[in-house]
Amino acid sequence: MEMIVASAIGVLTAGGIYLILRLRAFPVILGMALLSYAVNVFLFATGRLAVNAPPILNNYADVSYSDPLPQALVLTAIVISFGMTAVLVMIALGAYLEADSDEINMTDADEDAAENEEGQGV
Amino acid sequence: MNDGSILALVAILPFLGALVPGIMIRAGRNACASFTAVPTILALILLGTQVPAVMRGEVVSTTIEWLPQLGLSASFFLDGLGLLFAGMILGVGLLIILYARFYLSSDDPMGQFYTYLLLFQGAMLGIVLSDNILLLLIFWELTSLSSFLLIGYWKHLPEGRQGARMALTVTGAGGLAMIGGMLILGNIVGSYNLTDILAQGELIKASEWYMPALILILIGAFTKSAQFPFHFWLPHAMAAPTPVSAYLHSATMVKAGIFLMARMWPVLAGTEPWFYIVATTGLITMVLGAVIALFKDDLKALLAFSTVSHLGLLTMLLGFGTKAAVIAAVFHIINHLTFKAALFMTAGIVDHEAHTRDVKRLGGLAKLMPITAIIGTITALSMAGTIPLNGFISKEMMLEEAAHTVWYNNPWIVPVLATLGACFSVAYSFRFIFHVFGGPVRDDYPSTPHDPPFGLYAAPALLTVLVVLIGAMPFLAEPLVTVAANAVTGLDTHPHLKLWHGVTPALWMSVVAFAVGGVLLVLHGKLDAIWARLPRPEAKAIFDAVMERCVATAKAIAQGTHNGVMSRYLALLVVASIAVGAHAYFTSGMAAPTRELLPVPPLIWVGWLSLVAATWLVVSQHRKRFRSLIFISIIGLVISGGFVYLSAPDLALTQISVETVTIMLLLLALYFLPKDTPAESSNGKRLRDAVVAIAGGGAVAALAMAFLTRDVDSISAYHLANSYKGGGGTNVVNVILVDFRGYDTYGEIIVLGIAGLTIFALMDALLRGPAAKRLRDRAFSPDRSRDRHPLMMVVATRAMLPIAIMVGIYIFLRGHNQPGGGFVAGLVISIALLMQYMASGFAWAQLRQRIEYHSMIGWGVIIAGLTGVGAWLAGKPFLTSAYGYLHFPPIEEFEWATAMAFDLGVFLAVLGAVMLMLYSLSRIARFAGETINVTPMDHDPSEDSADEQEQKEGQ
Repeated sequence: MEMIVASAIGVLTAGGIYLILRLRAFPVILGMALLSYAVNVFLFATGRLAVNAPPILNNYADVSYSDPLPQALVLTAIVISFGMTAVLVMIALGAYLEADSDEINMTDADEDAAENEEGQGV
Repeated sequence: MNDGSILALVAILPFLGALVPGIMIRAGRNACASFTAVPTILALILLGTQVPAVMRGEVVSTTIEWLPQLGLSASFFLDGLGLLFAGMILGVGLLIILYARFYLSSDDPMGQFYTYLLLFQGAMLGIVLSDNILLLLIFWELTSLSSFLLIGYWKHLPEGRQGARMALTVTGAGGLAMIGGMLILGNIVGSYNLTDILAQGELIKASEWYMPALILILIGAFTKSAQFPFHFWLPHAMAAPTPVSAYLHSATMVKAGIFLMARMWPVLAGTEPWFYIVATTGLITMVLGAVIALFKDDLKALLAFSTVSHLGLLTMLLGFGTKAAVIAAVFHIINHLTFKAALFMTAGIVDHEAHTRDVKRLGGLAKLMPITAIIGTITALSMAGTIPLNGFISKEMMLEEAAHTVWYNNPWIVPVLATLGACFSVAYSFRFIFHVFGGPVRDDYPSTPHDPPFGLYAAPALLTVLVVLIGAMPFLAEPLVTVAANAVTGLDTHPHLKLWHGVTPALWMSVVAFAVGGVLLVLHGKLDAIWARLPRPEAKAIFDAVMERCVATAKAIAQGTHNGVMSRYLALLVVASIAVGAHAYFTSGMAAPTRELLPVPPLIWVGWLSLVAATWLVVSQHRKRFRSLIFISIIGLVISGGFVYLSAPDLALTQISVETVTIMLLLLALYFLPKDTPAESSNGKRLRDAVVAIAGGGAVAALAMAFLTRDVDSISAYHLANSYKGGGGTNVVNVILVDFRGYDTYGEIIVLGIAGLTIFALMDALLRGPAAKRLRDRAFSPDRSRDRHPLMMVVATRAMLPIAIMVGIYIFLRGHNQPGGGFVAGLVISIALLMQYMASGFAWAQLRQRIEYHSMIGWGVIIAGLTGVGAWLAGKPFLTSAYGYLHFPPIEEFEWATAMAFDLGVFLAVLGAVMLMLYSLSRIARFAGETINVTPMDHDPSEDSADEQEQKEGQ
């Protein structure tokens, strides 16, 4: 089971890294989503794996429990990573609508424009 | 009232007062100036109440703890030295407020000026009253900042802006050095309290850190007090309005360095390094400043270099390290203030009336503006050191000290150079008198000068009276000089200030100075021509070149590493992380695995295979964006299933509901984004990225495997043991969220709320900009569905809404004891609401939405916060929860817990944030030509039947 989880984290990470190295905003967002999955599962796994041992206290029997702390941390992380994805999507969308292109790298034309703006500030 | 708490008030008054002029300027310039004077006068009166105690030799002090962990406290103390400087700062400040009222023209924003002035005054007061060196450093930096504003007050003048920047750069850099020096001092002594440090002179001088501390502190003091080789900023700062020059550059800012050297005198002075560094620098500065001053034609530049020279004189006296020299220095601080401030104001009056400050275009003003001429002449004579004015006495004392000083076994060099400085000092002072006021009246002034109104010359006139009074009756100043000199030296000094000391070597030096000075002035025309031909380094050019190189270097580094190619940054980041991780992995030497591997049932294999396949499809098909979205949703489902199997029911619930809203969000965004990604990367780049990605994935998998096979000790046992006892819940994950780590959760819902508001604000800005036009003009998705709001979907979502809400409430209520809680409930209900938007359209659903999502976020955070605050009322720390049981007879036992109110806050914040995010994204559709639907669905069969009914009835 451990191999399964570790390899799944590895596969998700590899896919995420490959996608964030693309040149357009949408694949980068997908890559960040894959990385979020990988990170969440990774954090969850730091509590070690257990089957049939949910951290719900059982008053009637002496049973073992899985580690609740990483679960609590990952729960908020899942919700926060949604918020982060949403902001990312919004920024990508805004950039696309403003610039009419969803490339993520700065082009030479962008840099010239930035220089000009700086020049005016002095 | 002698508990000293009044001192804190004195220090804070100008800062409070700084708020006033900006408002009072609306009531007119007189009101503005008067209200600026009020805090200054108040502070002066409060200071006055402390005078008797200080004169008795007491030290008034007060301490307000601020950050005791850092050794930082708001402590103030007032001794003789502090009193001298505080009196000068406030007294001259008052005169400057009066003078500036008449000096500034109606075009200048006066409210701004007075605000800056009071800020500066407060910062200066802070320096001289601080009893904590960290606090002193804060005020020190504040003077740099506020003087930057004052020097650059005339923003439209390039010289003003450049001068302000130069002053800020030089004094700011010195300030940084001083921070280092002060921290070293504090470290040696083990306390940041100035009084503690001052008592440890022996310890500091014996420390091996003495030299670094000395040099760093002196760099700070020398830059501030314009000592060679940092003197060049002061003349450029003369681009400031004259009241600023008179205030900052005669009485206050440049004296801050002198103050600091005097303050630190007991712990730093008296050693060889101190003597050679400080006295020599002072001597060079004094001579150099006096020589340059003679050849300056701009009145203010002449006075600026004269100030540099006098500051050098003070530095040299402090550098001598003798009691008598300190007395001379303290006395000269007072005298320099009186004549130099008056001279600056005189220069300002001349400039104001004649519209020029160029000495070569002036002359003969004595007949046109006699009052100004009298003031200027008396004070300039004092500057030259003429008997019987106050400048003479302190200058004699300086020469006397110089005459006894042996520099590197050479008894001649200091007296000769001091006399040389005095010669030039006499020469430029005479030039100020004879070339400006003397000579025939000219007919080519830019404007015909005459004496200004009383308000403008009142302040310099008062100072001139002081010049004469102190000169004639030096014993008047004796008590103040005594307490100040006592405070500097920490010893008992008995100064006897008198005008006539008999025929001493110093008197002969003075006589020589006057004779040579007179000759120099007579020869000025010829010397000036020689001076103009002499090659000499231009400080501003050097400074500009250095700055340019710094900027160029910084730019090269910034643009080389930060060139806008994001994919490269990310690649570097990933590679660097892998390298660091691999280094740790291979060098740390891990223990052998301790955990047995769990078995893998067949169903898990299926899940794993679908996850790997889905990931592969997302990556390989990412150019077809819509398709890749479908594949990515498979991954989320598999992970939710994995959470169920691996005993994390809460995570499974959260993951699956977040998955739903994420896909909705991405679908919404994809409507506006291009549907395909063009193939741009070369095969080489793809291969490189694939290698990086596989290395990264492999590294993370190896790391995960490494810890999954080993046991760990964690604090979780505590949570499991106390969840029910302390938090009253059996779902430990939920209890951790709302109780043990409730503060984290509180932060997280705030972050989520901020994310929602950010998206709303971004969208708002976007729709106001050029993007809105582009949105209107473009068809984003050519192949639209022709039934936008299908009947089946509308009916199904409508029927599901109450059920979904009930499920949400159920999940919320059971959360404390069973899987569920505010996060999941918020997500479930937001999905139910989003379905309504999807089914019947944005406008239709929005019309029926009564609660603003913004306020929902706000209420969520407020409720969660108030629950936390409630614990304070019970005398417990923030967010301590309480719970109990109620018993309603027909039903079972019923639990109440304050954690539930907190969870309600979480629920509301999550619901509000998620809805606001998707709402904002849907809102743009309206700009993209989406028509408003007034009916809930495209085709409503009930209306058809109603129509038919009508038709039938009609028939």
